[in-house]
Amino acid sequence: MYDIIFYLFAAVTLVSAFFVVTNRNVVYSAFFLLFTFFGIAGIYVLLGADFVAVVQVIVYVGGILILLLFGVMLTNKITNVEIKTGTINILPAAIGVGIFAGVLLAALINSDWKTLPAGKPLPTTALLGSMLIQDYLLVFELLGIILLIALIGAASIARREKV
Amino acid sequence: MIEVGLNHFLIVSTFLFSLGIYGIITRKNAIMVLMGVELILNSANINFIAFARYGNFGLQGDLIALFVIVLAAAEAAIALAIVLNIYKTLATVNIDEVDSLKD
Repeated sequence: MYDIIFYLFAAVTLVSAFFVVTNRNVVYSAFFLLFTFFGIAGIYVLLGADFVAVVQVIVYVGGILILLLFGVMLTNKITNVEIKTGTINILPAAIGVGIFAGVLLAALINSDWKTLPAGKPLPTTALLGSMLIQDYLLVFELLGIILLIALIGAASIARREKV
Repeated sequence: MIEVGLNHFLIVSTFLFSLGIYGIITRKNAIMVLMGVELILNSANINFIAFARYGNFGLQGDLIALFVIVLAAAEAAIALAIVLNIYKTLATVNIDEVDSLKD
């Protein structure tokens, strides 16, 4: 059962990711990205990372994807729903990326990973929360500052007045 | 059929990473390049969580994945602001046409 669900989510993720990078219509690509993110959230659940999966859905699907769609809409003269994008270097990119993926796959399949049998997945939210405010407090604060800086920076870049 | 283990997740993330790189290289539209970057960040996250689960590192992989998600959100916001500015200045977001320095 676990295997079937894994293959289902992996297929959803990879097929829609393939369409994301090959579809000529930018809006269609953005919507295929939605399925990719959902598939990845499912893979996180299969790996026992329930909190990260929920964060993935909230932040990626609810935030970043909407932001990207805003970007698509704001940077095109919209006359109809056909927003095309050009592509370059398809053949060299396909060859290079194919070789790269082959090397990575060969490396990771031939590696002898020291794995332990994965235990029963437990709820992670409480543990993650206590780790965030104990061992990783400094990182947590820094991330807060980074988000604040990013917010201010994005607003000031996007709203810059003409001088 | 082999039982799903660490390698399966690593293979999925490898393909996702390669697709992301392919998208970055071939697309002209700057926003499509951003989508490729998001695919790459997600594949890295799958690796972190897979190793945390099968290597029994506790929850540190999950935490790093959370940090990556936060950074991805910040990156997307900044990058979109820059893309909007480029569009305002040059009336195009095709990154192969954006090749002029100041004036």
